Formats: sequence, structure tokens, C-alpha cells
Amino acid sequence: MQAVATLDSMLAAQTLWHAGRHPAAASDGEPTGHAALDDLLPQRGWPRRALTELLLPADGVGELALLMPTLARLSREGGTLALIAPPYLPYAPAWQVAGIDLGVLHIVEASPRDALWAFEQCLRSGACAAVVGWPRQADAQALRRLQVAADSGDCLGFALRNRKHAANPSPAALRLEHDGDGWRVRKCRGGPPPARAFAPGLH
Amino acid sequence: MLWACIVLPQLALDAVLRRLPDPAAPLALVGGSAQLRTLHAVNASAAQAGLKPGMRLTAALALLPEFAMVEHDASAEARWQQFLAAWAYRHSSLVSAQWPGCIVLEVRASFRLLGPWPRIEARLREELATLGFAHRIAMAPTPRAARVLAGMQDGLAVSNPAAMHALLDRVPVRRAVLPGDAGERLQRMGIRDLRTLRDLPRDSLRRRFGPELLPHLDRLYGHADDALAYYAPPDRFDERVELGFEVESHTALLFPLRRLIGDLCTALSIRDGGVQRFVLRLEHEGHAPTDVEVGLLAAEREPVMLFEVTRNRLERTSIPKPVVAVRLLARELPAFVPASRDLFDVRAQQTLPWPQLRERLRARLGDDAVHRIAPTGDPRPERAWRRIDGDDARIGNAPSRPPRPLWLLPKPVPLRDSRLRILSGPERLESGWWDGEDARRDYYVLETAQGQRAWAYTPAGERDGWMLHGWFA
Repeated sequence: MQAVATLDSMLAAQTLWHAGRHPAAASDGEPTGHAALDDLLPQRGWPRRALTELLLPADGVGELALLMPTLARLSREGGTLALIAPPYLPYAPAWQVAGIDLGVLHIVEASPRDALWAFEQCLRSGACAAVVGWPRQADAQALRRLQVAADSGDCLGFALRNRKHAANPSPAALRLEHDGDGWRVRKCRGGPPPARAFAPGLH
Repeated sequence: MLWACIVLPQLALDAVLRRLPDPAAPLALVGGSAQLRTLHAVNASAAQAGLKPGMRLTAALALLPEFAMVEHDASAEARWQQFLAAWAYRHSSLVSAQWPGCIVLEVRASFRLLGPWPRIEARLREELATLGFAHRIAMAPTPRAARVLAGMQDGLAVSNPAAMHALLDRVPVRRAVLPGDAGERLQRMGIRDLRTLRDLPRDSLRRRFGPELLPHLDRLYGHADDALAYYAPPDRFDERVELGFEVESHTALLFPLRRLIGDLCTALSIRDGGVQRFVLRLEHEGHAPTDVEVGLLAAEREPVMLFEVTRNRLERTSIPKPVVAVRLLARELPAFVPASRDLFDVRAQQTLPWPQLRERLRARLGDDAVHRIAPTGDPRPERAWRRIDGDDARIGNAPSRPPRPLWLLPKPVPLRDSRLRILSGPERLESGWWDGEDARRDYYVLETAQGQRAWAYTPAGERDGWMLHGWFA
């Protein structure tokens, strides 16, 4: 009996799951704003209090378009958004048209070394609803710190990195990789990575 | 109203004694011209040896060959009176240091907060003893009466006007602090106490003693209102800590810094103000001082946060020479508006509010590191947005235009890609003739080989020489 109970508790805690079967009650994610992507993710949205990693072949493949519905909704609810060391200038008119309330969007410029520190501070503070960062020099340990910071700060963290890091293990709760035609889930906490890709344009 | 008067009989002496390691050793304050040096005040052990205020210095030296001499500084007395007024401001909102050598404060309004008079009195005495000032305290319904009674007997307290009248009537005229030399003259005329004085015809009193005596008497007895010059806390903060030794490391400066910040925050909470901009000045021997400027985007008065911000800035400053003193200067102390928190805030308790987080980021990353953006009306993309550095800025709506990219390159760069595909365009942009930065461009939306959507332009009318200006991310 003892063994069965332990197995159940492990299933409930989502540390163990049945192959090919989705856990039933786990839809506590932050809606992504893309219905098809929500369907793919085990939590039916971005994992809360966690770091999400987006792996890109290059800048400008639609990574912001993927985040924009969530960011726009959070900013309209009054949540503070922070961009840490963005690679280019966020173009104010376009962000406004995308639905972001620019009054709560803060841009933090930092050198690659300070960017990790600033990223972690913003995640940990609890002042931000979502923090989007471009960490250049992040190793697994740094990402773990970010993941813990996002958890303690009750914050959505998005780390946008180059696709070449896809092979390295990562403590992020969710990893999405852009493979040319769509977003593929490489890792997701609470379930096996779905086989299907998500292509924003097709849905 | 009930007024307490704190008489400081030896203010100048106490101010000197409190900074000496051994206050019991004989000491005298010396004043007067170089030819005629006289003692201004003496401490207890010097008095025991026979020294008296007003004595010639040569006579004093004959009595006691060795005693510490400190130059009497008349302005120091006024400064310490202001210091004590600031201290008294903690106990009452109406404090006056109008009369030399004493401080009056209204206490009835403080009863509800601090307890009845005996408790307030004990508290005042305890704090004055800690500060090292000899004092006499009395309380009466008028400030002048409190001052007179404090001169008569330490610890006297009357709250009833009738009882105060009875007490005052028995006060000798010489000790009633009458204006000018009226007290002495009345005494010589055979008028012993205030009751006899009050019985005299007012007209002849006015004729003989000038216009000031009668209003003084009326205010003393509470028959006329007494308008005092009330103490107002200074609207700047300037404090200096002299280090007893030369300091070359940042860590050794943190202790005096913490003390200065603590004092600043105390001053701020007394004023109910905040600080937005201040300078930490490191003074060197024979070298221009090093200034560490701290500028915040909003007024703050949280000691921990101010200390952390200042510490971060201090640690980024190099110390060219050993530091001998640290000074904190705050010229502007704006009103402090505490951030309002929602009672039913859904977020966790341990959160750091955004303004504090922003200051922490700015302290380490630089003053310009954190900003916001807003659209402007200019059609040229590089000018269609602006930075916002402070808090208070209205963000207008961008004029409606064809799709714009989310990323803009700081400077357009040549886009070299053999497999470019035009998705839309051109959008002719022709503008800026008025400020010399004329732009004539055709903007296109392109797709690169890697699947990126680029926003690039060519000179008007051409189809090559692509300049990349943004990404539709």
C-alpha cells in the first residue's frame, strides 16, 4: 500500500507522469494568448513563478510576437514589465500598437555581466509581473539562479537565448525552440514535450 | 495651552563640556578683548577653586595655575540653542527659541501622545541629561510665566491660571525677567513683587518705564496673547563626521556613512520629508574633496535603501587620497509621498516596490540605465520615439501608420542577403526638411533566408542597397 500511495503522490506532484497521457488537472499556467500553444503546454500556458527559455536561431523570428499577448494583458492589468539588456531599441510606436501600456514598460540597459544581476534582481524583487531578458553569458548555474529568483519573486521570467544552447541542459521550467518554421517544445515541467510544433501564423 | 520652559543656565559651557573626555577637570570659557581677558563661565571644579564668571584671566591664573581654557564663542550658544530647539521639536509642534538661554514648548497637545506632564517632564530631563545639558524646567499656562517660574524653582508646574496668578504675585520684580532694567529700577523704588507692581496706575508705569513693560505684564499673566517666533526645522541637511584617522578603504567609510544616513533619515522623519538628491563629500588632507553624488528619481526616506544606494555609488568611486572627514549635504528635502499599497494586495509580502528596485538598478548600472519609452509624432523612425527618465511623463498615442517593427536598430546597417523576399512595400517616407536631417526613403518589409522579417529601406525609387532599420520580431 505504501508504494502505491507514494506513486500517487508523485503523480500528483507531477514529478512522475504516464507516458503519452496528459495530466488532467494542471491548467494553472498564465495564458499565452495563443490557443494552439496553450493546448500544447501541460499547464495550458506559461508556467507561473518560473523561467521560460526561448531559443532563437536569430533575432527577429517572431519571439516578441509570441510574448506580446501575455505582456500586453499584464501591462493592461497594471503589472510592471521589465526588459533587461534588449539587443535592439524597443520601438515605442510598435509596442504601443501591440497593446502594451508603455507607462509600465521599463527598459534596463546593462553590460552582459551586469545583465544577469539585473535580471535576477528584477525577478526576485516581486515588483514585476514579467521580466524579459537577453542574458548573453548565462551558464546552467546562472539560469538556476534565475529560475529560483522567478520562483521567490512570483514572476514570469523569459530568457531569450541563442539556439546553440539548446543542447545544454537547462533548469528552466519550459524551453521553446524556434526551428525555422515554428516553436517546438524542448522541455516542459509536468509532462512530456509534445511532438507537434506551434507555428503562430498557421493558427 | 500649557507651556514648558527649559532654562539652560550654562548652555555655552555644557556645549564645550559634552565633547570633552574628562568634564570634571577645571575648565573656563574665556572671552573679552586681547588686553582684557575675562572668564565667561566656569565649571564646577573650577568654581570650587574660587574662579568666578566675570573674573580677570590674570586673577584666575593666580588662584588656579592650571585649568583648561576654551575660547568663548557667542555664536555657538545660538547654534546649540537651535540644536536643542530641534530636539524639543520631537516633543511638541510649537517650540520657540526666541529668548536667549531657554526654550519654550507647548505641551498640552502632547499629553495624549506622550502621557501626562510628570511623564513628559521625566522624559525631557532624561534626554537632556543624556545630551549633557544642565537645565531647569517649569510649566505654566503662559510661556512667559513658565520662564519666570523656571528661574524661581526647578520643577514648578501649575496648570490652573488662578494658581499661576497667585504664584506670580509673589515673584520679586528683580527675578521677573522684566524688559530692560525695569526690574532693577522697580526694586530700588521699593516695589518688591509683581503684585505691588500690578497695583500701580498703568498710565504712570507706561510713562516711567516705556511702552514695553505693560504688554509684558499682560502676556505674563495671560491677559494678552503672546505671539512667539516658532522654531521651524531647517529645510536642508548638512552633517559632518570627522574621522579620527586617515581612511583609505571603502569598508572603513561604511560605518560613518551608516550613521550619517541614520541622522539624515531622523531629520527627514521630523520634517516629514524625503530626500531626492544629496552629496556625500569625502574630505582629504590638502586635496580637493571627492564628491559622491546620489540622485534618486523619487523622494525617499527609507534608511536601508538610502544606505544601500549610497554604498553602491561610494564603492564605484575611487578614493584618490586618505579621507579625514565625511560630510553629507542635502540641499533639497522635498515632501515625501509614501507609496500607497493596496490593503488586499495579491502579491507577496516580501516584495520590493518598483521605485526602490529602480534605484538599486541605477545605483549599480548607472543613472541612465533604467528608462521608459514613449512615441512621438515625428514620421522618421529614429525620431518617432523618446526616452523618459523620470516618473512623471504623459505618454501620448502614436499617430496611426503602416506596420512598424518592434525592434529598431540604433543605426541602420547594410543588409546583405541574396535571398531577400519582399513581403510588402514600398512605403515612401519623405520628411525632415525643416531641421536639416532630410530623409527620403522607401521602406519595405522583407523576409531573410533565416526566416526573419526585416524592415529595410532603400533610397527613394531604388531597389538595392538595402539598409536594415528594424526587425518584426
